[in-house]
Amino acid sequence: MANNTLIADEVSFMSEAAPIPLRVTTPTVRQPAVARNVTELSERAKKVAAIDVDFFYGTHQALHGISLEVPENCVTALIGPSGCGKSTFLRCLNRMNDMIDETALKGQILLDGIDIYQRGTDVVELRKRVGMVFQKSNPFPKSIYENVAYGPRVAGIKKRAVLDEIVEKCLQQSALWDEVENRLDDSALQLSGGQQQRLCIARALATNPDVLLMDEPASALDPKSTAAIEDLIFELKSNYTIVIVTHNMQQAARVSDQTAFFYEGHLVEVGSTTDMFTNPGEKKTEDYITGRFG
Amino acid sequence: MPQIAATEVLIASRGRCNLRTVFEGILHAVLLACAVVSIITTVGIVLVLLLESLQFFRDVSVWEFLTGTKWSPLLKPQHFGILPLFCGTFLVAAGSSVIAIPIGLGTAIFLSEYAPPVVRDIVKPLLEVLAGIPSVVFGYLAVVFVSPIIKELFPSAEVFNAASACIVVGFMILPTIVSLSEDVLRSVPRSLREAAYALGATKLDVTVGVVVPAAMSGIMASFLLAIARAVGETMAVTLAAGATPKLTLSFFESIQTMTAYIVQVSQGDTPAGTLEYRTIFAVGLTLFIFTLSLNVVAQWILNRVREKYE
Amino acid sequence: MKLHAHSKSRPYAKFASTCFAVMCGFCTVLSVLVLLVVLWNIFSYGWSALSWNFVTSWPSRFPAKSGIWSALIGSLYLIGVTAVVSVPVGVGAAIYLEEYAPPSRWRTLVQVNIANLAGVPSIVYGILGLGLFVRMMHLNRSVIAGGLTLSLVVLPIIILSAQESLRAVPSTIRQASYALGATRWQTIWHQLLPVALPGILTGVILSLSRALGEAAPLVVVGAATFVAFTPENLMTDEFSALPIQIFNWTEQPQKDFHQLAAAGIIVLLVVLISMNALAIILRQRFGKKVKW
Repeated sequence: MANNTLIADEVSFMSEAAPIPLRVTTPTVRQPAVARNVTELSERAKKVAAIDVDFFYGTHQALHGISLEVPENCVTALIGPSGCGKSTFLRCLNRMNDMIDETALKGQILLDGIDIYQRGTDVVELRKRVGMVFQKSNPFPKSIYENVAYGPRVAGIKKRAVLDEIVEKCLQQSALWDEVENRLDDSALQLSGGQQQRLCIARALATNPDVLLMDEPASALDPKSTAAIEDLIFELKSNYTIVIVTHNMQQAARVSDQTAFFYEGHLVEVGSTTDMFTNPGEKKTEDYITGRFG
Repeated sequence: MPQIAATEVLIASRGRCNLRTVFEGILHAVLLACAVVSIITTVGIVLVLLLESLQFFRDVSVWEFLTGTKWSPLLKPQHFGILPLFCGTFLVAAGSSVIAIPIGLGTAIFLSEYAPPVVRDIVKPLLEVLAGIPSVVFGYLAVVFVSPIIKELFPSAEVFNAASACIVVGFMILPTIVSLSEDVLRSVPRSLREAAYALGATKLDVTVGVVVPAAMSGIMASFLLAIARAVGETMAVTLAAGATPKLTLSFFESIQTMTAYIVQVSQGDTPAGTLEYRTIFAVGLTLFIFTLSLNVVAQWILNRVREKYE
Repeated sequence: MKLHAHSKSRPYAKFASTCFAVMCGFCTVLSVLVLLVVLWNIFSYGWSALSWNFVTSWPSRFPAKSGIWSALIGSLYLIGVTAVVSVPVGVGAAIYLEEYAPPSRWRTLVQVNIANLAGVPSIVYGILGLGLFVRMMHLNRSVIAGGLTLSLVVLPIIILSAQESLRAVPSTIRQASYALGATRWQTIWHQLLPVALPGILTGVILSLSRALGEAAPLVVVGAATFVAFTPENLMTDEFSALPIQIFNWTEQPQKDFHQLAAAGIIVLLVVLISMNALAIILRQRFGKKVKW
């Protein structure tokens, strides 16, 4: 783990939210993916695990027998050509696919060892523990403050002081605080594209999730904002388990610890990012990575 | 570790009767009840009409009702043939359509194909205002303004006549035709028009030969809806067309429509439970079936039009 | 060369096209002209009868002493009852259909039913009111009976326009809200309703203005045309309404009553046009604000 950050002790202890260490000093130098190795990945606890997952849109089968483990506090990238099912799989992890009619899932998806698709699962609670950032930023037509405070509010937090703290922490974590601290009551829609996406990240962090799902978070942004988002992901992973869908392979190589390659609804190969990009096992993976198709 | 305990909360809530679930459940039920009110309304209309009409048809045969040519339930001797009322309604519907359809379609075509956006922005709100004017106002206009003019132009016309009712009802249903037809005309794809122009057609050719035929089913639906409105129109015809049910094709005589009859009986002191009272429901049932059929067909056509362009 | 021959055979094509355009323009002018003539006619005839006295007097057999006070108050009570009943039920039904009901035969049935109800003549609602509220529920010829009947008349319109407003809210808002662990009601209350509110309000105002002008259902339910008092008890007292009074005056043969009718129409139109203008302003100001 990168050690160039100074981590301050918990500044305050909120009864309704677990303590989040504050980043006090300025940015780190990112360690390249090459330095991480396979054994580290396997030593970590498995935060999310998919076991033999089939997914159907009506009669059309979109996912075939996906088995994938997501290690804790790492970034797992899902790559593959468009239409291969990576976004569908991502949306299974927080059961957002439930909102689409006539979908069905077979198999299991475990969060900390418990199947989230079993009967009686409280989906509302699940979505507080597994947060999501969408491809196109979608801030609410409210103020910046209200956007971030929405998650804690619907979770039941009412005290203004507590909400203030949460908003500040999350905006700092998503590296947006410096730019907006004086205009928290301005409409979120006035922010630039990159700022809006960082706001959406802050909003997702406000419910104190364990897992953060990101569906091509930087695909609609310019290169500078993209770099900012990637820096952010690198910072966040020390505290969150992140699963990111991306069609940009260089991004996957830069940012992730583990990469999973999807093709036509099948999981072709999964492994540490280093191995996948330097020495892929399957021919298809190699073809995709070297750009022979995609 | 706190993580695992929190996860168990996910599952433990199964079977736990927490406040939030109860609240959401109650809310769902309340909102469902609101939606059910609309079903109850329809059921209510059908039941009320049917129950009293069935009583009515114990005393008057359906055959006599549907084919009799005299309608005088409030006078002795009593006759219960609905054809005169049908005829009156038909005259008003036909007459108002003759006015509303050409003018309405012409306006719709102009707004959709010829008018610059400025003109549309002025005319459309004005037509909305026209649509919002209550029918009593049109009834008043018919009595005070239109009937005298008709009497001047056609001295043999009676004070109450179908023509003045037709004129005002025609302009009442005009906005319906214009707004619906204009929507359908505008939704015809540009590519169709461009293809026609590219072949050297004039604007008339394109409009009448390509655009209007393409939008025809939607336009027909708007006509049906307008006619349904004319059939159901009450206050204007009550004031203008008169209260004499008769079988005639003359526009210059006093007649009575189904709706005007219902008003006439309601204004009087007909005691509940009598045969005369039940005529309200029998005529109402006929009216309901008629307008419902027109509306159902129109909606069906409109749905098909929507599917076509989506 | 062949093409030249063709165009020569239609020498009047362009002229016909222009004629057609002119005809259509004429139709449009006629439509607008009618409205202006209507308004001018009414205002010029009724203006002189309009006075404060007119607004505050009871109707009487003598045109000079007649006023619309009881009708005005009756209309206000009616609209009040209609609003209180139809708005919650209508908006509730719209929320149910858009946010809760899964697409199914049941939902299609309800939708089709509402669309059909919107086309039922208002006098049929009056008959329903007569049979159900006045007789079966023994509410007699009261404001409540009239108000409930009018509520049923405007209910389909409120539901349809509220549904459209809710549909116009982008689905990305819903997705973001659910992804944060909000319940369905929290999403509706905090995110959807605030955004859809201007559209819903517009629909409500337009529906209520329609209810204000309705006379046919009230005639059947038993509104009186000669009340010299305002209803005290909403459940039992007889009542009148603006359009009913206008109707009654127009029915009289004397010209003086016609003039009173015109004055009454002016009052009615002023209220209606203000309500419609309010709805249009709402739609313009807030409808365009939400641009994604």
